[in-house]
Amino acid sequence: MKISILKVIIFSFIIFSLSIFWLGLKINNNYDTKSLIGSQISNFQLTEINNDEQYISREDLRKNKYTLINFFASWCAPCRTEHKYLLSLSNKNKEIKIVGINFKDKKINANNFLKELGNPYGFVGEDADGKTSILFGIYGIPESILLNNELIVIKKIIGPIDQIQHDEILRLTQ
Amino acid sequence: MKINKIFCIIYFLFLVPLHSNDNKTELSEIYKNLRCLVCQGQSIADSNSDFAATLKLVVQDQINEGKNKDEIYGFLISKYGEWIVYRPTVNKGTILLWSLPYLIFIAGGFIIFVIIRKSKKSKAN
Repeated sequence: MKISILKVIIFSFIIFSLSIFWLGLKINNNYDTKSLIGSQISNFQLTEINNDEQYISREDLRKNKYTLINFFASWCAPCRTEHKYLLSLSNKNKEIKIVGINFKDKKINANNFLKELGNPYGFVGEDADGKTSILFGIYGIPESILLNNELIVIKKIIGPIDQIQHDEILRLTQ
Repeated sequence: MKINKIFCIIYFLFLVPLHSNDNKTELSEIYKNLRCLVCQGQSIADSNSDFAATLKLVVQDQINEGKNKDEIYGFLISKYGEWIVYRPTVNKGTILLWSLPYLIFIAGGFIIFVIIRKSKKSKAN
């Protein structure tokens, strides 16, 4: 039986389209920036929230064995829920230095927030216009980034830290 | 001499807004190609979200630093992945996306050619 070349092409095209459709359905479409894991952070410089003359830059983080950079704001409700886990991390593992980056917030509100809930941060930087957050691939807060002393991202947490992530951070930094 | 001076002034008066318009067009082109990650199918040009506003500031800064479109896209892709741009760059992961229209075009042309040749043959017979 002679098979027409046209039929073969049409059949192949249908199979190809169905395969693409099937693959498209299988791919996880939930967007995240976890692809940053394993990459080194960009250079940045931040002033301390209560002292404009005090700075922190990327190179300062090399001194810490592990650094957890946490983006927070007083107006962010999930930041309140994760705060107890940040306090616990700062108490349980002294090798993790937590750097807070206060995102698009008022100084007075940020200070009241820390006074009310406690301060787990070794340094609180001010990101009033949010530009620093872009350097870290942040698109909403709270977000946290765990770095080693080579400034490589070893974990990125999008959303508030919960018990599972708290335990995971402790395990990774042991 | 006086007329020359007037012409020069008029020339520069028109040149300045023209130049700033160029900058605005480039900015708007970049904004339209950047996806607002926290919005539903909007570019940062169409969005007033916090994220879009911040991204616009960063793009403006980079333009002022003299960076070109590709450098800005490259920087943002390194932070947010290919998803941040509406027009993805050509690479291993997107080669199929870019080449498929051309492949379909060629295949379509081939199919039409075969059909015409067949119909001509059947007419001749």
